[in-house]
Amino acid sequence: MFRSILARYFVRGATFRKVVLGAVARVATGAVVAAAVAAGAAAARRFSGRRSGVWAIGPGREPRRRWHTVTVYCPQDRVAPGGRLPEPLARLGDAIEVRTRPAPGGRGTELAVRPREAGAPARMAAKAHDGRAVRAALREAKQLLETGEVLRPDRPPTSRSTLLNRPVRVAVRHGREEGRL
Amino acid sequence: MKALCWQGVNEVAVERVPDPQLVNDQDVIVKVNRTVTCGSDLHLLAGYIPFMQAGDVLGHEFVGEVVEVGPQVRHHAVGDRVVVSSFVSCGRCWYCAQGLYSCCDNGNTNPAITELAWGYPSGGCYGYSHALGGFAGSHAEYIRVPFADVGAFRIPDGVSDERALFASDSAPTGWMGADLGGVGPGDVVAVWGAGAVGQMAARAAMLLGAERVIVIDRFGYRLEMTERHIGAETLNYERTDIDAELRERTGGRGPDVCIEAVGMEAHGTGPQYLYDQVKHWTRLETDRPTAVREAIMCCRKGGTVVVLGVFLGFVDKFPLGAVMNKGLTLRSAQQHGQRYIPMLLERMERGELTTEHLATHVMPLDQGPRGYQIFQKKLDGCVRAVFLP
Repeated sequence: MFRSILARYFVRGATFRKVVLGAVARVATGAVVAAAVAAGAAAARRFSGRRSGVWAIGPGREPRRRWHTVTVYCPQDRVAPGGRLPEPLARLGDAIEVRTRPAPGGRGTELAVRPREAGAPARMAAKAHDGRAVRAALREAKQLLETGEVLRPDRPPTSRSTLLNRPVRVAVRHGREEGRL
Repeated sequence: MKALCWQGVNEVAVERVPDPQLVNDQDVIVKVNRTVTCGSDLHLLAGYIPFMQAGDVLGHEFVGEVVEVGPQVRHHAVGDRVVVSSFVSCGRCWYCAQGLYSCCDNGNTNPAITELAWGYPSGGCYGYSHALGGFAGSHAEYIRVPFADVGAFRIPDGVSDERALFASDSAPTGWMGADLGGVGPGDVVAVWGAGAVGQMAARAAMLLGAERVIVIDRFGYRLEMTERHIGAETLNYERTDIDAELRERTGGRGPDVCIEAVGMEAHGTGPQYLYDQVKHWTRLETDRPTAVREAIMCCRKGGTVVVLGVFLGFVDKFPLGAVMNKGLTLRSAQQHGQRYIPMLLERMERGELTTEHLATHVMPLDQGPRGYQIFQKKLDGCVRAVFLP
């Protein structure tokens, strides 16, 4: 039995302890790192108040709403021609404020979005105040403007769900919605 | 279709998976003719990059034939014989416009993961975990290629599949090392690692006019191959004091450009290596930077160190004092393949750059698990295992 376990892990001649414990440690560490990334992101959002789009910017200072910002590599008049926003942002309707300005050095146009404080229907506002919708919409808008399409993952996928890869699957499910944007 | 899939730590298997489909309008589907293992795959295999899932198809260096074309593809047609850059890049964001293709803003479908890990997201890469987009890899009969007009290149008639295969990743990565190092006539260049990337970096340095190129490794058969096929000088770090030898060979100055082509699982000698092994095994550091440290220490004052090996996170005992006080330039990148592949294919056609010798083991895809075993363990003189799907 030990021989078959050793063969599974390719390590001919290594000790059982090294192979099995090493593999377990790697899998466990991998899962822990992935879980830590996901948990860290959630915690960072919670403690910074990012979920509500409000950021504390220093000790003793008043928190303020941050803009989520990307730079789109195209001229300003292409980003919102005639005031029309790219479809992913237009979907968020009155729940968001949008501003654009030229980026320095010919880098394109800075496109910034933040949830509106009041005035939008409650459901839409809640969606926008959850920064995930704003981040996903911003990233998709930038891709549409720059490349003409939103890059999608492979379909059908080949990956299988296992107990150990659940943290990775959670991270992938929110791969466009989370992050530091 | 058949594909070689990651199953768990140090466990791969050939299994049946669904055929890839055109998902975006700028995709093509490529029938893979040849696909090759890469040293960076070993980090996935060993579980050091914790964003793999069971069933993920490995492989990112390949050639093949276009068999299906999306409606927005302009430069490719069914039947094209192509080599594809390992990185998925849109070609139209600011980074791509600057030639920084592996930094593409739009090539990764899961940007949040690397954004949290590294501050900003990297581009995507085939078969290289969900942190880099989760794209299925090339160790399969077919593969989906997004942004095909940007990342796939027609292979000239005068270049065989065997040679063009390495234009996908090894050759452009190696060339980028010499390019980022600013190698020019009169330079002495030291390269750590005599694998495919290290050999390609050495050859690039020679083609760019370096006076001397010295390649460092611990495997005699790799050093011998480097001398025979690349024409570079070699050093075995298990038998030689590298710092003293480089000092002596460069008139006491040190190499002008030091290129590291080893990565996060570097080996070494002495107590420092033992220290790194313990810290790496216990995950108190995510990478072993043994070769990077040595390159920094050996490099001449005001020289350039280029890191080509793949690193994930945090390293220990990084000689920042040497970087600062010697006025070194430290450069690095995942490969910007799209920037170099057309030029490399021309050089391959002219016979300036040959790569066939790197394919030491060629076998059917069905034997992929064995291929990875001999590649991982450096058995039977293996430099690269090539699979034929």
